[in-house]
Amino acid sequence: MEKMSRVTTALGGSALTGRTMHCHLDAPANAISVCRDAAQVVVAGRSIFKIYAIEDEQFVEKLNLRVGRKPSLNLSCADVVWHQMDENLLATAATNGVVVTWNLGRPSRNKQDQLFTEHKRTVNKVCFHPTEAHVLLSGSQDGFMKCFDLRRKDSVSTFSGQSESVRDVQFSIRDYFTFASTFENGNVQLWDIRRPDRCERMFTAHNGPVFCCDWHPEDRGWLATGGRDKMVKVWDMTTHRAKEVHCVQTIASVARVKWRPECRHHLATCSMMVDHNIYVWDVRRPFVPAAMFEEHRDVTTGIAWRHPHDPSFLLSGSKDSTLCQHLFRDASQPVERANPEGLCYGLFGDLAFAAKESLVSAESGRKPCAGDRRHPIFFKRKLDPAEPFVGLASSALSVFEMEPSSGSMSWFVDTAERYALAGRPLAELCDHNAKVARELGRNQVAQTWTMLRIIYSSPGLASAASLNHSVGKGSSYGLPLMNSFNLKDMAPGLGSETRLDRSKGDTRSDTVLLDSSTTLITNEDNEETEGSDVPADYLLGDVEGEEDELYLLDPEHAHTEEPEYVLPQEAFPLRHEIVDTPPGPEHLQDKADSPHVSGSEADAASLAPVDSSFSLISVSHALYDTRLPPDFFSALVCDMLRFYAEQGDVQMAVSVLIVLGERVRKDIDEQTQEHWYTSYIDLLQRFCLWNVSNQVVKLSTSRAISCLNQASTTLHVNCSHCKRPMSSRGWVCDRCHRCASMCAVCHHVVKGLFVWCQGCSHGGHLQHIMKWLEGSSHCPAGCGHLCEYS
Amino acid sequence: RGPSAFIPEKEVVQANTVDERTNFLVEEYSTSGRLDNITQVMSLHTQYLESFLRSQFYMLRMDGPLPLPHRHYIAIMAAARHQCSYLINMHVDEFLKTGGIAEWLNGLEYVPQRLKNLNEINKLLAHRPWLITKEHIQKLVKTGENNWSLPELVHAVVLLAHYHALASFVFGSGINPERDPEISNGFRLISVNNFCVCDLANDNNIENASLTGNNFGIVDSLSELEALMDRMKRLREEREDEEASQEEMTTCFEKEKKESLFVVSGDTFHSFPHSDFEDDMIITSDVSRYIEDPGFGYEDFARRGEEHLPTFRAQDYTWENHGFSLVNRLYSDIGHLLDEKFRMVYNLTYNTMASHEDVDTTTLRRALFNYVHCMFGIRYDDYDYGEVNQLLERSLKVYIKTVTCYPERTTKRMYDSYWRQFKHSEKVHVNLLLMEARMQAELLYALRAITRHLT
Repeated sequence: MEKMSRVTTALGGSALTGRTMHCHLDAPANAISVCRDAAQVVVAGRSIFKIYAIEDEQFVEKLNLRVGRKPSLNLSCADVVWHQMDENLLATAATNGVVVTWNLGRPSRNKQDQLFTEHKRTVNKVCFHPTEAHVLLSGSQDGFMKCFDLRRKDSVSTFSGQSESVRDVQFSIRDYFTFASTFENGNVQLWDIRRPDRCERMFTAHNGPVFCCDWHPEDRGWLATGGRDKMVKVWDMTTHRAKEVHCVQTIASVARVKWRPECRHHLATCSMMVDHNIYVWDVRRPFVPAAMFEEHRDVTTGIAWRHPHDPSFLLSGSKDSTLCQHLFRDASQPVERANPEGLCYGLFGDLAFAAKESLVSAESGRKPCAGDRRHPIFFKRKLDPAEPFVGLASSALSVFEMEPSSGSMSWFVDTAERYALAGRPLAELCDHNAKVARELGRNQVAQTWTMLRIIYSSPGLASAASLNHSVGKGSSYGLPLMNSFNLKDMAPGLGSETRLDRSKGDTRSDTVLLDSSTTLITNEDNEETEGSDVPADYLLGDVEGEEDELYLLDPEHAHTEEPEYVLPQEAFPLRHEIVDTPPGPEHLQDKADSPHVSGSEADAASLAPVDSSFSLISVSHALYDTRLPPDFFSALVCDMLRFYAEQGDVQMAVSVLIVLGERVRKDIDEQTQEHWYTSYIDLLQRFCLWNVSNQVVKLSTSRAISCLNQASTTLHVNCSHCKRPMSSRGWVCDRCHRCASMCAVCHHVVKGLFVWCQGCSHGGHLQHIMKWLEGSSHCPAGCGHLCEYS
Repeated sequence: RGPSAFIPEKEVVQANTVDERTNFLVEEYSTSGRLDNITQVMSLHTQYLESFLRSQFYMLRMDGPLPLPHRHYIAIMAAARHQCSYLINMHVDEFLKTGGIAEWLNGLEYVPQRLKNLNEINKLLAHRPWLITKEHIQKLVKTGENNWSLPELVHAVVLLAHYHALASFVFGSGINPERDPEISNGFRLISVNNFCVCDLANDNNIENASLTGNNFGIVDSLSELEALMDRMKRLREEREDEEASQEEMTTCFEKEKKESLFVVSGDTFHSFPHSDFEDDMIITSDVSRYIEDPGFGYEDFARRGEEHLPTFRAQDYTWENHGFSLVNRLYSDIGHLLDEKFRMVYNLTYNTMASHEDVDTTTLRRALFNYVHCMFGIRYDDYDYGEVNQLLERSLKVYIKTVTCYPERTTKRMYDSYWRQFKHSEKVHVNLLLMEARMQAELLYALRAITRHLT
């Protein structure tokens, strides 16, 4: 009666007390089991078999069941189970295949009750019937499951798993006659205890052994299984076919699984290897464990919830020879440490971005979004009231949509195809590439090429004038055009992460990033002219009105104000490049300059006031006049390359690198170059520009890149007579000693390039076939096939 | 000459000509692209051959942490521990073919320190795997210039274990050197093949034995076979009613361990003290450039009285539960391949014994497997080692012990002297079992050490 009252209070939720604690055992534990009064736990292992009382502050050893001078193998336990109806009754499974029952009510020191020696191999699991006092089930390595009636001397029935080792057996809690068994080959079987001849149902649950299973304490049809394939799966057995309802992916093979009482979707797992922690999962949240217990220093071998109606106490035994009681409130919660943030591109360049709601709201509070192209959708899951994660992991999802036209990358493809990278003098290459870029409306790039040409090729007399002319033209309308191009073309793939930081319309921030050469100028202008107005812009002007302006009010901008020296320094090389372009006589320079300024003024209203850019130009004049050697610029060029690469225009970086070759290569470290090359090649291959990518690989000087061309260059051929692979040489078969590839024209063996018709499979030397097919359209072998050579 | 010195050529070839499957497998998985002698002998068991070749191909050619030439060099190092010139020659070729540096083949002094560091573990694994501790592992993975990453180490360990075991098979089945020494690169060992020497030395013996023992032999072995089958049957039935007590089982294991002590050492000593000596002398001079400490050999597990190493309890660290998970974690997919191979060899049966059909050979196969593990100090709680004594006759034990512990001493006489009524394919089957059991034992010890290092 007294016990009854204790249990009922336990149900009330207040009787079980305790703290997170552990005690040292003398030996590694293999399994643990709890008495139904929740006050005692039995620990069993190869050389330990003890009962501990669980007190408020500590574990107290109550009984050592390992008695006798010479411990027999019968005591080397693989598993132990305490009867849930009778607190005097225990059963153990021994590694030598013996099933032993223990009666704690026996007066003598040796509590051993019965010994069943029917299994031939290690018994992996024993299980009492949940309601029947005398029924015990065992599953063994020998592939048999046996059902014992404790009132009899031997087994009542034997169930055969068809020679596959049994890893776990569990009586269903709800269905009186049903039990589940799991097997080393990945199968799970359902048996009716009355029908030992064949199983009721069988299905493959895991790839590799299924180490454990557990019936849901409330949900009648739910069975959780854990396997070596690192998965925990929850099956619904009520349907005709077992249906997988949940799947949790863990990081190591799953040794034990136990449903958490009173929490419908929770289960605890521990692993067999490598990972020592115990996890409690919410099966609906299969990626992050709800709780984690990290006390053990070696693999956990047994877990048990202390009371079938109390979800907060978990007991565990481990190979590190400790017995632990874990309190749920002391568990570490990985969710707290996780970053609920994510970023993903859509198929058409859309971008979705999820972040903690608090973060997002804080940011949007600071900077109200313009919100024209941004469609923030607040992501709401239908939350279960029992969901433990509410608040912790809720996040806001924002989606940035693409402007329909800006998704196209055709400029990339065109550029890649039309650029000339080698085979001509540097000046010509630069000119050609500049022309290509200009035709595609990429004026900044065009400018860059032109400048490169000027820097690196000695100033030719003849071309100087025309060059000046073109450059003058380029710069006169180049800048404004560039702006529009940036808005249109560059927005999609480039610089997107940074774009996110600013909660502005995305394309706008891109313009800032992409042509910083110009914006930097404007920035400076801005600074000089507007000065203290900037903060005001932050508050007001940002929202509307300045939509098509070049500069943006972003945090960076705020900084530029204060350290005045930083920006000019940074801007200097770039500015220098732009303004420095026009070589030759000074009057031309002046001419070229004025349209430049006026042009940009006209197009972008707030662009550089005239006076400031004049001052810049005067600086560059001084530089220019001294006619510095190309070496002087190499640092600038390198910066420029890095700048392009940073913007995502790795194409430009690589192209320039190839065209300039030795001139700049030494200034950029190998790794960066390699990185650029690989990214560019990757991009090219995505656009199926195989030829270009191959050319790039060929022209690259980095060893790691050029060896890309050397990999998997072997073409395996089979002999045309005996159909065996020809291993040593390509033209003579080792087996039938015949020459396999004969030329249909000259009847000699082809040792080099071999071309053949896919229709009639005749062929020969490339040259011969080409020549032949010029004169005739029939196959040279005379088979009558009309071959085509394209 | 056929592929094996022990098995008459027609036995092997006969089986081979009909087998399309083997040819297919060779094309698919062989690294050299031709049917070598090992494959030819193994093709007596096509089912097994497939998983063997697949796993071997995987560890030599597929994705793995080690570069290809290193893999072959490790194979050479492993084979050198058993002076197996067959495997060494094979991998010298492959090593060069995959772009290895020829200089390395001059010996261990020429290889990078990193590879040289594998020596210790190679030595222990080959002869006394139970001595491997987590300190050995720590020493190798300790960060430094020449450190091994765990995946690399696991790959190396798998290769070492594989080639130690394969050396057992090569000697155990008397594999002949490959026929075409056309490529002579100076690094090939001059084929002074051990069993050739043995054969020469023992030809007389064999002649004599067959002359004198012929008539008796047949009668003997016939009754031998009957008796063996009888015992197997009895064991199966007995198990239900008669139960050996635990103490009895323990002592059985100890006894078996102890007995294995005398099994070979006595026998070899008596029969060929001479040839053994000669053998070692010739071979070591050639092979020793790949190994250090050539004197280190198998020492009986049971003998090491003072430093009482605990028996390896099979149930505490099994391949299925622990080994697999670790190996697969660090060197993905090899676990599945090895798992399949072990399973295959353990379950392979044709339900025949010599001329008898429809025999359940489970007990016999298990006895062989567990006996090998017993010699490496691995003990199964649920196995009655008394069975070993009843099922494995002394000459077979001699053979098993020689093949698994010092395969280089195997002679044709040993091969011939056990199970005289059995077919050659059955003896090859025995060899496969021995090889895999040995590989598993080595892997278990090495992986256990790695696990301990990790925890």
